[in-house]
Amino acid sequence: MFPEQLNVPLGKWVNQFVDWLVINYGAAFEAFADSLLTVLVALEQVLRGTPWWVVLIAIAAITWHASKNWKLVVGLVVAMFIIGTLGLWDKAMQTLALMIVATSLSVLIGIPVGIAMAMSNRLRAVMLPILDTMQTMPSFVYLIPALMLFGLGKVPAILATVIYAAPPVMRLTDLGIRLVDQEVLEASRSFGASRKQILFGVQLPLALPNIMAGINQTTMMSISMVVIASMIGARGLGEQVLMGIQRLDVGAGMEAGIAIVLLAVVFDRIGQAYGKRSQRNPNAEDA
Amino acid sequence: MSYIEIRNIFKIFGPDPKSALELAKGGADKDEILSKTGHTVGLHDVSLSIEQGETFVVMGLSGSGKSTLIRHLNRLIDPTAGSISFGGEDILAMDIPALNAFRRKRLGMVFQRFGLLPHRNVMDNVAYGLEIQGTARKDREAAASKWIERVGLAGYETKFPDQLSGGMQQRVGLARALATDPEVLLMDEAFSALDPLIRSDMQDELMKLQAELHKTIVFITHDLDEALKIGDRIAILKDGKLVQVGRPEEIVLKPANDYVQAFTHDVNRSRVLRAKSIMAPISETDSAATTRDLPTIQANALLRDILPIALANGTAMTVLDTNDTPIGTLSPQQIVDALNG
Repeated sequence: MFPEQLNVPLGKWVNQFVDWLVINYGAAFEAFADSLLTVLVALEQVLRGTPWWVVLIAIAAITWHASKNWKLVVGLVVAMFIIGTLGLWDKAMQTLALMIVATSLSVLIGIPVGIAMAMSNRLRAVMLPILDTMQTMPSFVYLIPALMLFGLGKVPAILATVIYAAPPVMRLTDLGIRLVDQEVLEASRSFGASRKQILFGVQLPLALPNIMAGINQTTMMSISMVVIASMIGARGLGEQVLMGIQRLDVGAGMEAGIAIVLLAVVFDRIGQAYGKRSQRNPNAEDA
Repeated sequence: MSYIEIRNIFKIFGPDPKSALELAKGGADKDEILSKTGHTVGLHDVSLSIEQGETFVVMGLSGSGKSTLIRHLNRLIDPTAGSISFGGEDILAMDIPALNAFRRKRLGMVFQRFGLLPHRNVMDNVAYGLEIQGTARKDREAAASKWIERVGLAGYETKFPDQLSGGMQQRVGLARALATDPEVLLMDEAFSALDPLIRSDMQDELMKLQAELHKTIVFITHDLDEALKIGDRIAILKDGKLVQVGRPEEIVLKPANDYVQAFTHDVNRSRVLRAKSIMAPISETDSAATTRDLPTIQANALLRDILPIALANGTAMTVLDTNDTPIGTLSPQQIVDALNG
């Protein structure tokens, strides 16, 4: 037996810290949660209120814009149509709303953090282990503090999702900026470009393919986390899977599983098409 | 005082350059400092004076510090010790905004691997320096068009760098550097990545441009032939130290040491040596007697242009200065001796 005197009460400390946060900053968390919820509810209402065929047309238009490939457009529209035929359209729209909010938040936080990491080796040295931890920790673990700070519902689901899904976009923004050709940077500096001119005129445009890959990964991870987050009250497809598990209803679980996969495929293909497009010259003849 | 003054520059790479600096100032060489402190000496007590309007070539092999040196002139690299001034102005004292203004207005740089912005077309690449300065789109595109045409790329304005050959890309690089009308053009191995024929074309092009523009050009190369062809003066660097500075003929005729001698060994002397540097001078009193009836050549003529005249006549020749006054004679034997070194 390991001597009990050497036990470190880490769990207790974390509980004390979370209690302290809730007691001292409860009002701030609530205000933040409220505003996030307002955005989410509005988006959910729009998606659920829009006729299904309008959503299909929108998906088709986005896919066409991203890929200019008719086969892909047809494939993705069929995938979305199948979700409808499984009777899961409404649930899918709920998941989609959660996912869009979580992904946008991840990208909004992730890109500036990634830029800061690329600018400062010290920050990068601090952030990399944190990002490793965020990604390797079992995703269920995030549910607990989110739950304690915000209670059951959609907001903690989104926050847990953001923690889980933001690392890839941070990493790839950092990587993309660091991979920019040194000679191009030197050229830019030699013409007297300021740091801002270099960042927006050279580094970000050239890092774009990597950043797009990061956004794509973040989107995929947020789909998977949104499903897990149904355990703390997120609605949508995950809820259906959870119900399948609880009632041992294999069929219902399978249907929801297929719908999740289809949704993931749709967003992966769109994300990849945009990623590919960002690697090409916008005016190149083969575009 | 010269236009660009570089005084006692040391550049030491490593975690604590100041400690190694003392050793370097005490006379320790590159290898010794590396083994004692783990620091790499980039430049060792380099002082140069570059005149306005001259083409100054810095020649050295890889690791000689030549690329480090040129990056000191626009402070892409800051020295460990020493001073650098342009027209009497100390550039090391400039803060970031002043430095950026200095780079924008007075310097243009051309890079070995071109350094073009791959996401911008030719027009936007050439206009980049003006865009950084905040010039209006119409004005900067007008200026860029002029330079694109000047370097022979008219019609390629909307192409992207990866659609152009190496030689064309470097023409874009040259046009980009010239578009801001800088006083000084820094060229870091600008033609080294090009194949030999294109390289020779670009050298000719640069010399043609320079004959009109009279910029101050600092040109880095590892190729002595290139240095001798385009340089008004040449500095030779080895292991971060200056070995010799001089006009091309001086480098070839009076190499400072065995290192320079080894370089000049394979040089085609007929393209470097001029009549006045190898002739036998004559005094004014006997000029009338000795020079009568001999074929004449100009003092500045290159040996390769004199050779056909020498072969056709088989006699000694009279060397004339720019006023057509005889200043020396050149015999076939002297030509043979000069060519053999």
